Amino acid sequence: MAKLLYERPLITPLNTGMTNKFGTRTEYRPMTHIDHVAVKDLLQEFGSPLFVFSERQIRNNYQSAKRAFETRYPKVQFAWSYKTNYLDAICNIFHQKGSWGEVVSGFEYKKALKNGVPGDKILFNGPDKTNEDLKMAIENNSPIHIDHLDELYRLTEMARELNKKPRVAIRVNMDTGIYPMWDRFGFNYENGQAWDAVNKILSNDVLDLIGLHCHIGTFMLAPSAYGIAASKMSELALSIKRQHGKVIEYIDMGGGFASKNTLKGAYLIGADTVPEISEFAEAITSAILNAGFDKDELPYLYLETGRALVDDAGFLLGSVISNKRLSDGRRATILDFGVNNLFTSFWYDHKVSPAQEFGMHTENSVLYGPLCMNIDVVRENVSLPPLNAGDQLVVHHVGAYNFTQSMQFITLRPAVVLIDMKDETHLVRVREDNDSVQRYEQVPEYLKPFKL
Amino acid sequence: MKVKKNVALSDSGFLFNPSSGESYSVNPIGQEIIKMLNEESSEEEIIATLLEKYNVERDTLEKDIRDFFGMLELYGVVKPEEA
Amino acid sequence: MSDKPKYTIAVTGLNAIDSPGPGIAVIKSLKEAQSFDVRIIGLSYENLEPGVFMRHYVDKSYQVPFPGAGMEVLFERLAYINHIEQIDFLFPNFDAELFNYIKLQDRLSQELQIEMVLPTLEQFEARHKVNLYEYGQKYDIKVPRSEMVFTEADLSATAKEMGFPAVIKGKFYDAYVAYTPDQALNYFHKISSKWGLPIIVQQYVYGTEVNVCGVGDGHGVTIGAVPMRKLYITDKGKAWAGVSIDDEELLEGTNKMVERTKWRGPFELEYMKTSEGDYYLLEINPRFPAWCYLTTGAGQNQVEDLVNIGMGKKVEPKKEFAAGKMFVRYSEDMIVDLEEFEKISTVGEL
Repeated sequence: MAKLLYERPLITPLNTGMTNKFGTRTEYRPMTHIDHVAVKDLLQEFGSPLFVFSERQIRNNYQSAKRAFETRYPKVQFAWSYKTNYLDAICNIFHQKGSWGEVVSGFEYKKALKNGVPGDKILFNGPDKTNEDLKMAIENNSPIHIDHLDELYRLTEMARELNKKPRVAIRVNMDTGIYPMWDRFGFNYENGQAWDAVNKILSNDVLDLIGLHCHIGTFMLAPSAYGIAASKMSELALSIKRQHGKVIEYIDMGGGFASKNTLKGAYLIGADTVPEISEFAEAITSAILNAGFDKDELPYLYLETGRALVDDAGFLLGSVISNKRLSDGRRATILDFGVNNLFTSFWYDHKVSPAQEFGMHTENSVLYGPLCMNIDVVRENVSLPPLNAGDQLVVHHVGAYNFTQSMQFITLRPAVVLIDMKDETHLVRVREDNDSVQRYEQVPEYLKPFKL
Repeated sequence: MKVKKNVALSDSGFLFNPSSGESYSVNPIGQEIIKMLNEESSEEEIIATLLEKYNVERDTLEKDIRDFFGMLELYGVVKPEEA
Repeated sequence: MSDKPKYTIAVTGLNAIDSPGPGIAVIKSLKEAQSFDVRIIGLSYENLEPGVFMRHYVDKSYQVPFPGAGMEVLFERLAYINHIEQIDFLFPNFDAELFNYIKLQDRLSQELQIEMVLPTLEQFEARHKVNLYEYGQKYDIKVPRSEMVFTEADLSATAKEMGFPAVIKGKFYDAYVAYTPDQALNYFHKISSKWGLPIIVQQYVYGTEVNVCGVGDGHGVTIGAVPMRKLYITDKGKAWAGVSIDDEELLEGTNKMVERTKWRGPFELEYMKTSEGDYYLLEINPRFPAWCYLTTGAGQNQVEDLVNIGMGKKVEPKKEFAAGKMFVRYSEDMIVDLEEFEKISTVGEL
């Protein structure tokens, strides 16, 4: 006779306030497959832990975002935010769909160039652009988004030396009624800094001011804030036309749309409360359309949406190393991935599902990562079926920032697999080995010998 | 290890401890263990029975049963082992 | 022979404890409805909500998932319950669950034929504490001045400008009256550590608290409205006794609010009446209050009207009600068998 599926024996107190299995936020529903590929097979073939991306989900996300904006506005261009996820395979999916590149460092700039993005379709943002970076961007005719006055002066000087007219935009920050206000990047709108920067650029005719850029914050839940931002950007563009006769070619609204993750401390889950892309699209496009542009001078709308397009296409797969009882009676489950791979668990309550079937009984557990560090907590409290060593888990919505922010602290970084439109798997980044870290180290000769 | 005399366990897995007034929910395998304890089975007998029935390694089962016994003691469902 | 329809109506908020949810009050009004008969389905979050065990009011109870479990899980649970009970109408009674129910309204109606009469999401969000001051300005309703603050510096500047005493409020819950800047700072930290930022600083208005319970039809017509003055307040600030009052100005203000905002569904307006006779709107609750049975006692069964609106019946606005009707709340110990507690706890149904 075949033996029955084992489940750890459990006894849980009933009347301690808020417990009922029909009630608590439980994530016991298993996720056995991603697209049509079994989690078990993925981990078997590529090892645990493992990042997995669904190409189907990425393409769907892009398509619906594009539709949301293009049905409302005639001139829309997306630029893929490299820092959100700069795995080349992921970037190229976006480039295949028509997305330009948006970068914030020389490193990312070179990555985009190498991926084959034409220089004039790479938007160069960020406060740290070295002279070498700027020279590269000038020569490739990339739109350079100026962050501060020092950069403006430096760029002006370089343009004179190189005898070129770089295409530039200025980054504008402003009060959109949200908190915190991101005023550390760019020139402030309300206090006149932005207007001052515009005047400086247009008065010396060394730089070609073609655009205005803003990025009002991250994980934004209020479409109305984008409406305010788009109005102020439009107003600035119109003033430039009025005072200087210069037509601004594009308004870049940056990114920051929230994904469907649940922020720590939120009462309702992100999947229910996060606005749809169409709500952001409606706020932005109606503000620009109503601003009073001449019909033939309507600016292009650039969008640097990252998180909302890729977060739900990424999964982190892993395994249970052990479970134990803490001294206060709480259950603890130790996993083979932690904050080294899942940086965003510092601010999200990531949804975690088991990858195999269980009964209806659940228990609360804290999920710890494998690092020998107290900060390594994946979830402080989650209701899951009784997991045993070797059981497998799926963490949802990890496509944005996690791979780019993952690190080799204590252990190496996992492999990354892409599941294509036909449900075939492709290894897009191999699992790291010791050489990945140690090849860059040098030990002085005199430190090499020792006896123990 | 003995379950306290007046502890009531129903088929739905609802366990009531009349001496403390606390109620608990017990999953099916937990119920089996409590029933075996009621029948005065030894730890070794319980382990043997469950190993026969479920697809589980002995090490895992032993560890989980120890933990379960610990919780039964913590919740006052069983009489502490006599020295 | 009765030709009245019999409706199966699901009700949440069965926590008839010392700071009660409105569920039982709603059910009492439903039981007294003239135009239909009812079978009551209780929806509970916890296994000790007293309503679950009040078998003379609640025919059958089911546990439902907490709002934080998400809409999908809630929908599935309601689909399961509906499959057994064929629910006609549903009363969500908690603020915290309304967001999900408002978003599920169309699906519940189209896929499960469960009707509800709720405010729109815009109405629900706009009357939120954080937005109430703007709301008042937009609809020309007097609201105590309030400002959102994010930092200590903002707090002291704002409180100083408004003057003391000032009310320091959390985004969701908690409110304290601060008489000095030190107290304000103290409450700021106390509340923000619990409910996060922003903190709301509100002008303190002296006076008598008066509330209105009513229903709007969604087209600007007030279907019913009864004002009540609290007579006795518990240490938790809840009314333990109150009396219906015929305050024309209050009724006028209510009609104005409903007309301008096109409010849809039940509401409770909390006003402060100053010694000068000015009415300040303190809060709009987008649901029936726990004292709503008083409106039935005073001659307006607003709960019955709401069901009839939801069932597509024509409902005439009611203006008349008896002033001077009182409610006095009491609590009662029920004797419950452990088996009943076991059932709701283990199978989630009773």
